[in-house]
Amino acid sequence: MALTRREFIKFTGLGLAASSLGMLGFGESGVAQAAAVRPFKLAHATETRNTCTYCSVACGILIYSMGDRAKNALSNIIHIEGDPDHPVNRGTLCPKGSALLDIVHAPTRLKAPRYRKPGGTEFEEVSWDFALDRIARLMKDDRDKNFIAKNADGTTVNRWISTGMLAASASSSETSFLTWKVMRSLGAVVFDNQARV
Amino acid sequence: MSDLQSQDYVRRSASTMTPPKARSYEDQVAKLIDVSRCIGCKACQSACMEWNNLRQEVGHFEGSYQNPNDLSPDVWTLMRFAEYENEHGNLEWLIRKDGCMHCEDPGCLKACPSPGAIVQYANGIVDFISDKCIGCGYCVKGCPFDIPRISKTDHKSYKCTLCSDRVSVGLEPACVKACPTGAIMFGAKSDMKDWAQERIVDLKSRGFENAGLYDPQAVGGTHVMYVLHHADKPSLYSGLPDKPQISPVVEAWKGIIKPLAVAGVVLAALSGFFHWITAGPNEVTEEDEAEGERVLDEAEKTP
Repeated sequence: MALTRREFIKFTGLGLAASSLGMLGFGESGVAQAAAVRPFKLAHATETRNTCTYCSVACGILIYSMGDRAKNALSNIIHIEGDPDHPVNRGTLCPKGSALLDIVHAPTRLKAPRYRKPGGTEFEEVSWDFALDRIARLMKDDRDKNFIAKNADGTTVNRWISTGMLAASASSSETSFLTWKVMRSLGAVVFDNQARV
Repeated sequence: MSDLQSQDYVRRSASTMTPPKARSYEDQVAKLIDVSRCIGCKACQSACMEWNNLRQEVGHFEGSYQNPNDLSPDVWTLMRFAEYENEHGNLEWLIRKDGCMHCEDPGCLKACPSPGAIVQYANGIVDFISDKCIGCGYCVKGCPFDIPRISKTDHKSYKCTLCSDRVSVGLEPACVKACPTGAIMFGAKSDMKDWAQERIVDLKSRGFENAGLYDPQAVGGTHVMYVLHHADKPSLYSGLPDKPQISPVVEAWKGIIKPLAVAGVVLAALSGFFHWITAGPNEVTEEDEAEGERVLDEAEKTP
């Protein structure tokens, strides 16, 4: 398209006038203003109550996962926050608790029992069956060998003090009760956890 | 979806068409940060990043508990740690949760040239609408508290939204919920002011005579307020402005120079139009043509 000098000036003038109109506010006319707030991401997420995994304070948490547990939807945890109905923390959390989502998805998170052979140098992943069988075997052997039924005075004591247990800290009253029941029924007295069962 | 839709805007950046305030009975919300109850645990920081899906890259130790070192497009709230030796020679560790103050008269919104990129809702929250942001950085200059940060990834400006997505469905912001000591509270602005007064009475009874509420009127009040033990010297708290105000350059540009320039453009266009109506277009006469030919001839003759 051939433009004379005069036509060029006319066109640029028109462009200037049009953009000036826009600047005066006419550019907005008729443009719908879209809803702007980021959608609430938990609207239909599944809410699960649990206890924070970290310390002995044992704060209540709400775990939110994708999907409504329909058969074809695989749940995936997308958000964790404090449980306002939990008497310990009433919705609050510490910085570690607030960041729980990242340990759920951490690539270094331990998801299976690991075993280092006597004299071995490396840990290897083993099945739960193997781990539980081996723990039971060793506990039974040790208990059979070292169980103290009576003390020096002949009083029945039923103690087993050569094996101990360290339990997790994130215990509710119910899990604490079960820990007591299981270990005490074996005669074990050496057991502790951060929550001081 | 919510009551925070466009008709709920009370201010809109770079707009001559700010919608009228249709919902005048909506409660103003506020976040109250009681500096005297804060233990600097950073639960608010964690909760903010978790809720908003932000992760700052791990940085370096800078000699203080402050970590990360500054706000960024991925850090919308930050605990700032200041060590202050008072007049009795005692050390006071002043920890302040920094972040957007949600001003009633927002400098960022005033400075923003992109229509609708910054809006204020009837409940007082100032929000950045990212798809309209052009990344010019004027909001950074306009902010009296130095809060917005421009992302190097997508060249848009980011800051605390006061969790507008949570507030719009009736929840408190993530930082407020997480705070284990109750140093961060959320509610109606009037309730927050009442609560602050109780705290101030308590602090005064404990020897902090200058305890007070930080709700600077120069920016019309804020929707994030502080209870300070030294309200007479806010700058002790890692440079919280004593008298925050929108930069005079922004005020002059948006308040005087830009309207004047627009008027100038309109006047020039109008006078051109009327000149064309009255005097008509500039015609080239025979004499002009002849004179033009002569000048050209002369130019050709002289080497």
